[in-house]
Amino acid sequence: MAYDKFTVLKSRAVPLPIENVDTDQIIPARFLKATKREGFGDNLFRDWRYNNDDTPKQDFVLNNAIYSGKILVGGKNFGSGSSREHAAWAIYDYGFRCVVSSFFADIFKNNSMNIGILPVTVSEGFLEKIFRAIEADPQTELEVNLPEQKISLLATGEHESFDINGYKKHNLINGFDDIDYLQDMKHEIMDFAQKSRY
Amino acid sequence: MSNKPTTLFDKVWDAHVIRSIADGPDVLLIDRHFIHEVTSPVAFLGLKNRNLSVMFPDRTFATADHNTPTINQHLPVADPLSANQLKALEENSQQYGISHWGLGNPKNGIVHVVGPENGITLPGMTIVCGDSHTSTHGAFGCIAFGIGTSEVEMVLSSQCIMQPKAKKMRINVNGNLHKGVTPKDVVLYIISKLTAAGATGYFVEYAGSVFENMSMEGRMTVCNMSIEMGARGGMIAADETTFNYIKGREKAPKGQAWDDALAYWKTLKTDEGAAFDKEYHFDGADIEPMITYGTNPGMGMGITALIPSAEDIDAGKASFAKSLQYMGFEENEPMLGKKIDYVFIGSCTNGRIEDFRAFASIVKGRKKADNVTAWIVPGSHVVEHQIREEGIYDILVEAGFQLRQPGCSACLAMNDDKIPAGKYAVSTSNRNFEGRQGPGARTLLASPLVAAAAAVTGEVTDPRTLMN
Repeated sequence: MAYDKFTVLKSRAVPLPIENVDTDQIIPARFLKATKREGFGDNLFRDWRYNNDDTPKQDFVLNNAIYSGKILVGGKNFGSGSSREHAAWAIYDYGFRCVVSSFFADIFKNNSMNIGILPVTVSEGFLEKIFRAIEADPQTELEVNLPEQKISLLATGEHESFDINGYKKHNLINGFDDIDYLQDMKHEIMDFAQKSRY
Repeated sequence: MSNKPTTLFDKVWDAHVIRSIADGPDVLLIDRHFIHEVTSPVAFLGLKNRNLSVMFPDRTFATADHNTPTINQHLPVADPLSANQLKALEENSQQYGISHWGLGNPKNGIVHVVGPENGITLPGMTIVCGDSHTSTHGAFGCIAFGIGTSEVEMVLSSQCIMQPKAKKMRINVNGNLHKGVTPKDVVLYIISKLTAAGATGYFVEYAGSVFENMSMEGRMTVCNMSIEMGARGGMIAADETTFNYIKGREKAPKGQAWDDALAYWKTLKTDEGAAFDKEYHFDGADIEPMITYGTNPGMGMGITALIPSAEDIDAGKASFAKSLQYMGFEENEPMLGKKIDYVFIGSCTNGRIEDFRAFASIVKGRKKADNVTAWIVPGSHVVEHQIREEGIYDILVEAGFQLRQPGCSACLAMNDDKIPAGKYAVSTSNRNFEGRQGPGARTLLASPLVAAAAAVTGEVTDPRTLMN
């Protein structure tokens, strides 16, 4: 098993109402020098989170103690740019298990699911509703129910359903990954590959 | 087979599907896998932890580029973390029998420059690499896209990737390009029209006379930046220009194999009447030299235009304001005449010979502006040699520039080539994100011609005013 199973997550959420949050913001390139998957959470949103002298920037949401939780809520086009999986590692390592946005960049979305983070795409209206609810009360709790493909604001019961393909859903619920799947079809791959043109 | 017209993308994709999972992705065979030092070490660790081997080492190619110095490459790499990554790539390649072009190897260079240069990239292939600019190889009529490290491990261990088939988009640009308008301007123009997320979920085919008339270098520049509008990748049907580029390169087919390949490659084009999920048409004559003013590649404009105001922008107003504040710019002001501090020419976007020829065409007989620090970084040793052989090196030196050694360099600033905080850089690379070229750095993306004009004047300058 490659990561923790994901079924139902009930948690407060950290709001980041900024559009086009790119992977260079999530983890700047100068922190990609490791050869092991360790310690990336410390540098999550490094340049938004810390000043040049490494003191925390007080106005950044991760430095504001009133916000916490395992769910990160971001603006539209979250995770654009580089394919660095380190961005997903940093988010996971920091303690998030779910990212909610109205729109995700493709590679980030794949990378997240491959390591057990659930990206939940909601409508722009529901995203606004979540931001407003957290702004009004930072204690606001969300429930992300993967088996039912439903995300809810617990206090009001407002909810929306979200899409995920059946294969990925099964993987996340059971903690399986694509490598397990592909190992099981190795003979089929070998036959195909040997006949391939290149 | 049915006679239903299909797209180039469908033809290449469908030829590689081993299995389609109901309500899930396709299992796709990958023909060529490029790896580099930054996104592969954890994948190799994963292989070791699961006790897996590399299924096809001979379909895998390693080069060091992201984290390499661009001066004194003959000396040991000073940064221990960078040195460690380079060592890991070398050791992993050796252990699994993968060809490795490390620092100092005459074939070393940026992965998306050396792949095509050596004839590894061929029409109709599926190509992946742990780097989003893998889309570059689409210039050869390939399905090529960037992947994450889990997927690198997947491809190493099974030569396959699991991906849902993307939607299809065609972007047509016809008409004649004006003087001073380069492939980089064409793609920056397209991205400015579609926005940084406008092609997310799509695979793009570029079609029309503007692309047909482009060199392979130019097509690579265009396909390279497909990811900057969110596309999974971009591709251009192979034609005589493509075949002429490939013929004779080291790993290209030879003799009978060449003839067979050519016959197949000629079938790889979109049929008349094939359906796309989305289609755009642009007129090449509407494009002028481009420059970006904000913090994503969609925030581009014609160089003589004014920075738009928040009212002109569909995207979030708060994000737009944040972006201009970071850049130190105001709405409705011109970019022309803005003082700049750095010029970077290079990267997988514009680090090929044609880009240095363009740069030299402007700096020839002029001098580097005193207020400018310029980093001129070839995409590979092959490009570096061409620069010397063609006399471009002499033009550069005469004008007060230095030539550095190949690598990704200031495009992502993993090595020491970092733009200092608050400084402005006109850069031929692909991303102007906050801090991309160093913490606090401010990036203006542009073509090699615009970069050259800035380098000799010290400010944002319309290159057409310096051209004969």
